[in-house]
Amino acid sequence: MAKHIKATKHTATIKDHAPIDRAATKVLVICGGMSHERDVSISSGHRVGGYLEEAGWNVATHDMDSELLPYLSDPETRPDIVWPLLHGANGEDGSIRDILEMEGLPYIGSRAKASRTAWSKPIAKNVVRKLGGLSTPVSVALPESTFRELGAKKVVDLLVSSLKLPLFVKPTQGGSAMGCTRVDKASELPQAMVNSFAYGDVALVEKAVTGTEISVSVLEIDGEPLVLPPLEVATPDGDYDYEARVTPGPTDFYVPARLPEAVLEAAQEAALTAHNTLSLRDISRADFIVDSAGVPQFLESNVAPGMTATSQLPQTAIAAGYGLADLYSRLVESVLRQHRADQ
Amino acid sequence: MSETKNISGKPNEGKAAAKATESKVFKNDPWYDSYAARAGNMRASEIRALFATASRPDVVSLAGGMPYLEYLPFKELSELIAKMLVDKGDVAWQYGSAQGNPHLREDVLQIMALEGIKDVQPDDVVISNGSQNAIDLVTRIMCDPGDVVIAEAPNYVGALGVFSSFQVDVVNAQTDKDGLIPESFEETIKAQLKAGKKVKFLYTVPNFHNPAGVTMSVERRPRIIEIARKYHVLIVEDNPYGLLGFNGQTYPALRSMDAENVVYLSSFSKIIAPGMRIAWIVAPPGIRKKLILANEASILCPPNMSQMTITTYLDNFDWKHQISQYRGMYKERCDTMDAALHEYLPYCSWNKPKGGFYIWLKIPEGLNSKEMLPRAITAKVAYVAGTGFFLDGSGTHHMRLSFCYPTPDKITLGIKRLAGVMNNELKTAELFGTASADADERQADRTADTDKKD
Repeated sequence: MAKHIKATKHTATIKDHAPIDRAATKVLVICGGMSHERDVSISSGHRVGGYLEEAGWNVATHDMDSELLPYLSDPETRPDIVWPLLHGANGEDGSIRDILEMEGLPYIGSRAKASRTAWSKPIAKNVVRKLGGLSTPVSVALPESTFRELGAKKVVDLLVSSLKLPLFVKPTQGGSAMGCTRVDKASELPQAMVNSFAYGDVALVEKAVTGTEISVSVLEIDGEPLVLPPLEVATPDGDYDYEARVTPGPTDFYVPARLPEAVLEAAQEAALTAHNTLSLRDISRADFIVDSAGVPQFLESNVAPGMTATSQLPQTAIAAGYGLADLYSRLVESVLRQHRADQ
Repeated sequence: MSETKNISGKPNEGKAAAKATESKVFKNDPWYDSYAARAGNMRASEIRALFATASRPDVVSLAGGMPYLEYLPFKELSELIAKMLVDKGDVAWQYGSAQGNPHLREDVLQIMALEGIKDVQPDDVVISNGSQNAIDLVTRIMCDPGDVVIAEAPNYVGALGVFSSFQVDVVNAQTDKDGLIPESFEETIKAQLKAGKKVKFLYTVPNFHNPAGVTMSVERRPRIIEIARKYHVLIVEDNPYGLLGFNGQTYPALRSMDAENVVYLSSFSKIIAPGMRIAWIVAPPGIRKKLILANEASILCPPNMSQMTITTYLDNFDWKHQISQYRGMYKERCDTMDAALHEYLPYCSWNKPKGGFYIWLKIPEGLNSKEMLPRAITAKVAYVAGTGFFLDGSGTHHMRLSFCYPTPDKITLGIKRLAGVMNNELKTAELFGTASADADERQADRTADTDKKD
């Protein structure tokens, strides 16, 4: 039987449960964009759009390009609601959401400001640790200029002596594991820094935690949180890198993760805490490593998680017994009702 | 066990949550354990994934080997194709011969004659679905898993895909600016035979090689044939670019020197257009018969519509003049790329090709063309990383730049963007000491370049 937990943040009471005419409601899915994850975004967008069409909505998709703003403002095409499914920069850094807010359009997902907080891994880690009391691997975020000014070798040596090996080096922003390197030997750290700085000006150097890699998806429907069971990512070599993410292969997902019940509960609580303390909205997915003591160590929260056929959130929802067309429709309806209530 | 947590209280969700109380496994690919061993060699890469971004119009793509087709007389051609459909639609849309359309097999003789192949009859020709299909057919009939194919390094990526899927061992022989080195070819054969391997054929792109851009010298050609004969190793000569020498120069085909030991492949993809997917094979009689059977087993027959479209074009237009136009256009684009590389990337090295579509660029140590590609695409320029042309992960210090499709202005813009990416990468690599020793020289180049632009 489902357990009930209360949302810890304020949500408006929504009393408007008037039926919504799906066929008359224009839903625009924005996908594509210029990020490294363009193809994943297109796949996510078409997948979600397909389910919404199946559920009777009037769905269109559009790329993030110079034609978008005219499309949004044209009375013929202006949507009633937008689902931004852009991954990477523009999609998750809040910029498209700022645009939609200026356009006065309701959209599914976190507000621009909250997205910007979640998009920066060190800031998000700090927020969930300080405000939410979550555990997160020890880390430092250093810009390339610091290495240039203080001497790269000296800073690299300090990182090794201070944080201790093994380490994980990754860009502070971005997804799909691009620019991420695990460092087991000190001699590997300079190349790992180069790889990370190629994707952004600031690198997050994090103490590597050994454990079970899980994700927990959170949806909000009619102001109430729906925390899906933790999903475990199991790869044969334990490395869920870019190749493993995009290549059909031996990666398995377990739902719920193969962990003790108390740990699963703690992971769900942690995901909801991250969702709330980061002021996220509607949909998010938090990634954790569960360490040997059974503590979920927060890595990051995603405001635009992958929604492809093999992505973690939809797989989890299916495992939990949800029909995706119905679940996504309820999310759209929820945001529309919230929008009406706000107005 | 964990359940869905919600406060909606809807009974169906309680039921749904109950279903999740035992761990379910979701295999990323449920058929992963069922594939044939040869499918294990077929791998996607981030390079392919990134092409979704590279195909956006605001990205300058120096990646694809797509011919530039705007000079083709599509309007006039469409009228002739319409007439052909009215007159012979029942043939064009019907099954055809596995060996290919007889009219087309006759037409290709005049094309091959331009490169010295004059002893071929239409019956010696087999039509295929592009050269890719031709390479597949030849490998299919010649190679068992573990057999050896010798190829030039770097390798044509499309051929590598075929060889991998047939579990063939690709062994590289050395090349230089004059193409395949005969001594290396012979040493490679000897070493493989000594190791007890069966060397089935040499796969060579002798003219304006993809990706290396080099051409096998005329002097080396008889020597390569002599070595192949000596060890009874077949030569598979893949020649899609032979008529695209910038100054109209052609080189004698290996097939023109030896009818018994060479299987010759050529294609309409680069000299007319690739959308028809039509190529042809000339092979010794025994091999030809097997190829026809293999073609039948694989595709039944090449598409009549495509073949008849090609014959309509060849019969009604001055195709030699059109190829000559292509040559002039590609020469201008190659010159533009060469000049832009001299201006913006003087610390890289390359051989300027005399024809074809590609420049094979060597980048400084410390840079990795595969790792750098996502950043290049973010900077709105795309190329093909050198790693795509090797099976062993090498090629990180090279990239293939295509000058065939983008206009000269775009080529210059693309190289300028690429230089911006490379300069940034080098600065970081030099900071962390992962770049090569000639960093000071490059720094001077970059400084001079910046001064010039300021």
